[in-house]
Amino acid sequence: MSKSHRNVLPGFRLSLSFTLIYLTVMVLIPLAACLFKACSLGPAEFIEAVWTPRAKAAYSFTVGASLASAAIDCVLGLLVAWVLVRYEFPGKRVIDSIVDMPFALPTAVAGLVYSSLYVENGWLGQFLVPLGIHAAYSRLAVVLVLTFIGLPFVVRALQPVLESLEAETEDAAALMGATRMQTFRWVIVPLLAPAMVTGFSLSLARGLGEYGSVVFVSANMPFRTEIAPVLIVHKLDNFEYPEATAMAMVLLAMSFSLLIVINVLERWSKRHYA
Amino acid sequence: MRSIFCTFGLVLLTLAVGCSHGSGDGNEVELLNVSYDPTRELWKAVNEGFSEEYNASHTQQVTVRPSHAASASQARSVIEGVEADVVTLAMWTDVDAIRKAGLIDADWEDRLPNRSLPYYSTIVFVVRKGNPKQIKDWPDLIRDEIKIISPSPKTSGNGKLSFLAAWASITQRGGTREDAIQFVTEIYRRVPILDAGARGATATFAQKQIGDVHLTWENEALLEVRESKGELELIYPKISVRAEPKVAVVDANVKRHNTAQLAEDYLKYVYSPAGQEIVAQNFYRPIDPDVLARHRGQFPEIELAGIEQISGSWEKAQLDFFSDGGVFDKIFERKPE
Repeated sequence: MSKSHRNVLPGFRLSLSFTLIYLTVMVLIPLAACLFKACSLGPAEFIEAVWTPRAKAAYSFTVGASLASAAIDCVLGLLVAWVLVRYEFPGKRVIDSIVDMPFALPTAVAGLVYSSLYVENGWLGQFLVPLGIHAAYSRLAVVLVLTFIGLPFVVRALQPVLESLEAETEDAAALMGATRMQTFRWVIVPLLAPAMVTGFSLSLARGLGEYGSVVFVSANMPFRTEIAPVLIVHKLDNFEYPEATAMAMVLLAMSFSLLIVINVLERWSKRHYA
Repeated sequence: MRSIFCTFGLVLLTLAVGCSHGSGDGNEVELLNVSYDPTRELWKAVNEGFSEEYNASHTQQVTVRPSHAASASQARSVIEGVEADVVTLAMWTDVDAIRKAGLIDADWEDRLPNRSLPYYSTIVFVVRKGNPKQIKDWPDLIRDEIKIISPSPKTSGNGKLSFLAAWASITQRGGTREDAIQFVTEIYRRVPILDAGARGATATFAQKQIGDVHLTWENEALLEVRESKGELELIYPKISVRAEPKVAVVDANVKRHNTAQLAEDYLKYVYSPAGQEIVAQNFYRPIDPDVLARHRGQFPEIELAGIEQISGSWEKAQLDFFSDGGVFDKIFERKPE
């Protein structure tokens, strides 16, 4: 990058100051306000507000469901991205656009549709419920809807990488006697790994914060299908603001740690595989 | 240079549009009525009646905008800045929370007739056609195979009132506090889904066909049964709670909007004979004795326990039952089974 290289955005100082102001106003100040409110509780009250057995069950369900759905999304997303990149078929463009639907759909609508679909008298539920599969108002329902919400992240993260894979590399592997499984495992997966981790972390982050769709498909029963954001809303609706922000802080800390772990994973995979 | 002008122009435009909302431009004025979940039909009819009557006799034309969601959530949104001119919520505690936030004056309850109560209601049962599970009264609800639908008392006025009615059914018949706690625990063990608001619970019961019995507002039940075209039946238990959905003018907001007199006229309209008739037609029990007598067939006599008999006051009930760590939370403290 030489001195005469013209940047598309205005100079360094302007861009930097704008970025800092934006981040401060949109992210840091609200977080600081939250922290300030939560700190108005004494340590004993704080623990009582955020670390009850019911709250712990809510955290583990939120995190567990998000992890499960992100994992499923990785598998499904890879399949979808693979088909979209490697094959030509009628309607391909339509399907490509449909993949983005969870982005465009209001999450409440997604939740409502899911719950109506899988109840006993729903289109799919009338076949599934007699088989014992309760895909509405259950833990399965939450994982299903989070999978739906998180799928586009994985697909869109993998597509560019898949597109840039050179056919020559795979041909070379085949010529050297590799089976299809070996080619996949040793040639393609290493190239995909960083993008896969990105997609996974995006899907996970979306699932952790998801409220609108989950609240419609979950029965909100404590210890079973109650997510942490629902508990926070309960506290707010009883005008217990400090306790609600305290729980929000705990969720935030959990999300941050998860994302740091994933970030480390991503950098390791880049170094290891690239 | 051009881009600076464009941005400046855009900013001015946004400000102009933003400022033109609110008190209106002299001839047109808007009121915002923040209400609870099942009252959509009622306030639509009241708003039509009121604006017709008001616009006929005034040069200023009024439109009333409604807003509906679970009662406690609505109270919270008003506290956090929604510019409601009047609130018509399900529970005294929700209106009082707005008073505590400084938006309503301390003497609000005595400013309107009947301690700010233009209509009252109660909690009843809705069952499937033919009442296959033979549910007649409160003790039938805790039979093993019954599934009960009632919204969450944490967010919904309906939810809180179902709880209080169940409680009253024990304490008003000589049961102790422990008996009542045992009873509500059994009730909520049979609730498979805790919806956030009354309407959500109605959809779950009526549309998604989940549950054997639905504990809901009398007005919501009558509406639900009418809409179901024979698939649902209304059952009156022997005793229930006297629900008191209070109304109030939000003083801080009407001062800003200059709509104090208009807001008061609007609420007073609900007390008028025309307003009470609309109330009765929408299945709420009017306080006007003549209107009530005319609609007696629709509102059977039922023993109603007031909050004074259950808990002493709404505030005590909120603290005892619904706040963090209260009786309702304790039901779910241990892992079920």
